[in-house]
Amino acid sequence: MSESSTASPPPTADTTSPTILALRDVRAAYGSIEVLHGITIEVPTGSVVALLGPNGAGKTTTISVASGLMPVTGGALEIAGQDVTGVGATELARAGVCTVPEGRGVFPNLTITENLLMASYTGVERNEIRDLAFARFPRLAERRDQLAGTLSGGEQQMLAMARALSTDPVILMLDELSMGLAPKIVGQLYEQVAAIAADGVSVLVVEQFARSVLGVADHAVVMAHGTVQWSGAANDLDEDLLTSTYLGGP
Amino acid sequence: MQQLIAYTIIGLTTGAIYAVAASGLVVTYTTSGIFNFAHGATGMLAAFTYWQFRYAWGWPAPLALLLVLGVIAPLFGALVERVVLRNLRDTAEVVKVTVTVGLTVAMIGLATWLWPPANRERFKGFFDGNSVEIFGVNVSWHKLIAFGCAIAVAVGLRLVLYKTRLGIAMRAAVDDRNLAELNGARPGFASMVAWAGSASLAGLAGILLAAEVGLNIVPLTLLVVSAYSAAIVGRLRSLPWTFVGALILGLLEAYTLWANGSSWFPREIGGFSTSGLRGALPTIFLFVVLIALPQARLRAGAVRIRERAVVPSWSMSLLGTGLLIAFVASLVGLLTRANTLQLSNGLVLAIAALSLVPLTGYAGQLSLAPLTFAGLGAVIMAKLPWNGSVLALLVTVAIVAAIGALVALPALRLQGIYLALATGAFAIMVTVLIFNQSNVFTNGAVDVPPLQIPGLDLADPAQKAIFLSVAFSALALVVVTVRRSRLGRRMVAMKDSPLAGATVGMNLTGTKLAAFALSAGIAAFAGALNTGKVTADLYSFDQSLPLVLLVVVGGVSAISGALFGGVLLGANALLATIVPTLSNVTKVLPGLAGISLGRNPDGAVPQIEENFAPVGRHLPSIVIAIAGAVVLRLLTGLGVIGNWSFAVGLAVWVLAVVPNLPALLAGSAELGRRFAVGMGLLGVMGVAAGLDWATLLNASGWRLLMIVVIVAVAGPAARSALDTTVRTPAVSPDLIGIDRPFTPAEILEAERAVGAVR
Amino acid sequence: MSATLEVTGVSVHFGGVTAVDDAHISADAGSVTGLIGPNGAGKTTLFNVITGVQPATTGTVTLEGTDISRLPTFRRARLGMARTFQRLELFWTLSVLDNVLVAAEQAGDPTPAETAQRLLERVGVGQLAGEQAGSLPTGSARLVEVARALACEPKVLLLDEPASGLDETETRQLGVLLRSLAGEGLAVLLVEHDMSLVMEICDTVSVLDLGRVIASGTPAEVRAHPMVIEAYLGAA
Repeated sequence: MSESSTASPPPTADTTSPTILALRDVRAAYGSIEVLHGITIEVPTGSVVALLGPNGAGKTTTISVASGLMPVTGGALEIAGQDVTGVGATELARAGVCTVPEGRGVFPNLTITENLLMASYTGVERNEIRDLAFARFPRLAERRDQLAGTLSGGEQQMLAMARALSTDPVILMLDELSMGLAPKIVGQLYEQVAAIAADGVSVLVVEQFARSVLGVADHAVVMAHGTVQWSGAANDLDEDLLTSTYLGGP
Repeated sequence: MQQLIAYTIIGLTTGAIYAVAASGLVVTYTTSGIFNFAHGATGMLAAFTYWQFRYAWGWPAPLALLLVLGVIAPLFGALVERVVLRNLRDTAEVVKVTVTVGLTVAMIGLATWLWPPANRERFKGFFDGNSVEIFGVNVSWHKLIAFGCAIAVAVGLRLVLYKTRLGIAMRAAVDDRNLAELNGARPGFASMVAWAGSASLAGLAGILLAAEVGLNIVPLTLLVVSAYSAAIVGRLRSLPWTFVGALILGLLEAYTLWANGSSWFPREIGGFSTSGLRGALPTIFLFVVLIALPQARLRAGAVRIRERAVVPSWSMSLLGTGLLIAFVASLVGLLTRANTLQLSNGLVLAIAALSLVPLTGYAGQLSLAPLTFAGLGAVIMAKLPWNGSVLALLVTVAIVAAIGALVALPALRLQGIYLALATGAFAIMVTVLIFNQSNVFTNGAVDVPPLQIPGLDLADPAQKAIFLSVAFSALALVVVTVRRSRLGRRMVAMKDSPLAGATVGMNLTGTKLAAFALSAGIAAFAGALNTGKVTADLYSFDQSLPLVLLVVVGGVSAISGALFGGVLLGANALLATIVPTLSNVTKVLPGLAGISLGRNPDGAVPQIEENFAPVGRHLPSIVIAIAGAVVLRLLTGLGVIGNWSFAVGLAVWVLAVVPNLPALLAGSAELGRRFAVGMGLLGVMGVAAGLDWATLLNASGWRLLMIVVIVAVAGPAARSALDTTVRTPAVSPDLIGIDRPFTPAEILEAERAVGAVR
Repeated sequence: MSATLEVTGVSVHFGGVTAVDDAHISADAGSVTGLIGPNGAGKTTLFNVITGVQPATTGTVTLEGTDISRLPTFRRARLGMARTFQRLELFWTLSVLDNVLVAAEQAGDPTPAETAQRLLERVGVGQLAGEQAGSLPTGSARLVEVARALACEPKVLLLDEPASGLDETETRQLGVLLRSLAGEGLAVLLVEHDMSLVMEICDTVSVLDLGRVIASGTPAEVRAHPMVIEAYLGAA
């Protein structure tokens, strides 16, 4: 019994489509509580989109929906112009939708090498993954046989990024990359995001640290209460608006 | 020196087999988080299947091995994972354990059905008769093969789990299932493969072991329990430590065997024979290893339970116990002597089952030893000098309660599956070391003197049955009292959230001790009141398993659940005696009931109670219900209808008609329809009680089946005819936000609830 | 005079991750102390250390001058420490009244049932006493947790996001309740994401970022603190 025999054929991604990821009027609910009330977000091919908003705005839910972990209760999800509503996380991941979830994007009880090996489900050669990752983050190469759980927070996030980047993703989704990390490390991570974006990979990045991501992003979307409040070019976003959303109005 | 080498080789071989079995256990636990209690039974069934192919049908060994280990066992493992266990991921620990215990019981039942005890061709080792000399000791090829298998398994598992992508994905899925999916892995598939492989390993161990110890169902199932202790050494996760544990246990056993045969080793200590020591060694080892585990840490994340969990009210409890006594009293006159004894047996089991209500139902501590405490009660009652006086009963209960607390003391640090295993180990230890002693159960039986109560002759089966129903009722009321007291609240609080309990200042140790002592004390009543000649096997570990199973199925937090479990187990035995054609089915039934729990984790009785609840709130219905039963009893007493017609009539009355009485008398359906349904039910009653079933059907089995059919058709038919409510989904308390936008806090809360944010 | 609750130099390491880094916090009798910070700053971990649920790698916790760092959770509770939980931890199968009753009985209250009912009414859920806790909406469940904590007769009350799940009116009422509790001499330590509530009712606010206390002061001072804005929005 081969492992892929149970799988439906992964959707093929057409990277020539102008929009690589689109959520159209998406609704999502936990049981009877609807938390996304019809949001529309588009990620143009080759661009970096920042998804901002205070705690509990529905950002993480949006990522869960876009990665296929959570079903939508209304609306549609498109990858590269193809309707993938209802397709599971495993299939989307194999089709090149790469997600680094919030908090720990690593398997703490696997070694660094084994963590990287998990990326091979996308079809990339094992050795290639390792070489790419270790070239990008030499620090990981030094500790290749160490358990990921013993790494520092920054190193863990590095590993998660390394795993994601080495899969040659169609779209990369990063959720709260900076959570619990020192600003200096966050800066380094975003340099990598900028680098991969320069290579033409489309990125959707969820952030609380608005400033760090706005330097990299082309577009910004601000969410609150499960709806999209504002969206437009990243340069046009008013920082005072963000400050008051986060810390409460004066 | 020669002997040392010989016994070391024996020990290493046994250890090797344990290692094979234990590694399978570790594989399933690490990949699915479920402790597979049925692992031993899987090995046992595989050994029997292999015997069937190899010896009964004479197939060549390689073919038989390939079929059993390469096809049947893995298919079975994968099937179990897919059908039974996949639904269990988010259920309570008690349910998880119970379901695999159910599997065990069902598999033991299946084996006794397919391979009844008989003189069989010997189960030989591989290359039987061949041996080589190592350091001057003859070692059979079989032993070498066993050792080779262990090494192969160790190396193979290491390679699969650490060098293949599928193996790494299995381990990854344990760390973070969602993340594994986001990587493109299939955790469900990985888990199925793990269960398939694990079943093969169990099968290999079972076959290797059967050649060493013989083909016997329960010993073979329990001997693989030894694997549990080895796996616990590895904390159910580490394969290397599991192998170390297995080898240590194997050597310990071999050296004990050696010592047992040596002249310097005492034959008995304090009048107790030491011959059972080796048999008890795995469980002693398990017990010691378990209590050496570090203290479980308080963890957040209590499962939020929305089901009704009503505190039993005094009026309902008194009504229920009163009805039970009246029912038993009216029944005994109609039963044969043998059936009355069976009824008493069921009530004894019900009292033992009742001991689980405060411990498991209220305090959330799973015990697999209720009948062990009952057995201790029986032994102490029989050995005490006061010949069945009330004083003897009280002293017995006090001693057993103290033992319960004493056992709990080391087990206090354990939770969930570890606690269940510790109680199971205790049960086996007591069975092997105490109950099997000839000076305890003489010739396997002990004579428990009847309780001396003026005016009562408890040697009389009818009086005994009625007395037991009174005793059950009294103890049930004690349990109700506890539940309504400060201690009861503390026990439930501890079950719901140990963390919150500690932060309001509760000393959890004290509460657990109290729960164990109370439970052991109640179980002691069961043993002490089960008078007459009682055999030891009534109180053995493999009897406790189906009991625990049926109580959890019945609903362990309700007294009615205990009654259900005990009486059902008793009735199951009764069914086997009166309908011999069904006796094989009855072997598998309790196990199947346990497995079904995977689909309905709340238990059966709460469901049934929901049907009867309206009756309790409607006085005219209660009056009519009782009056109807009295009329039936009178008609029988006057000889108008026969005993079987009474039985059928009463069953249909109670189970099909009474639940519909409130809707019939005061329901919301139109009068005409209610009248029509009422007439219909009356007609059904006429058929049930009017026909002479004794002559109409010639086998009790058919009559019982008839009851089931009539009840199953008439009751629900009437209910749906009387039901006028429009079905709408239950309104969730979380429906806030439907009429207004969600506050950020609510969204955060919801995201947390599903683990989307931390 | 030392504060009712003193946390001195507490650090917590999980593997290679530092969740709390040399934190110093204190809560005074009669005042409400706010503890804020972005997600993952270590607030809940710090609460767990204070209540003995999670051992600290280093550092001490003192209650009214007594070092309680090595005591188990239930002993700390008996010395006067009560808390609520970010993810609710009620006794779900008990009734609302019994939830509070368990705590009151544990505290040795001579009339526990009356006290429990009174406390439920005080937090504004007296009419729910007979309900099963598991059937409550989130907001009410939070208030029941507050009542249960109060039934412990605490000297220090630790509240982990008590306002999440409450509507605006309930949040305002909670604010009033917390002020009046402080007025009765309780030391209240409040972790909360609702900034308007924190700014309104706290006497002092400490800001935790990356497990470290980066600022302390009055709400106004903290709001204007450049490091606080940086912690929330990231470096410029």
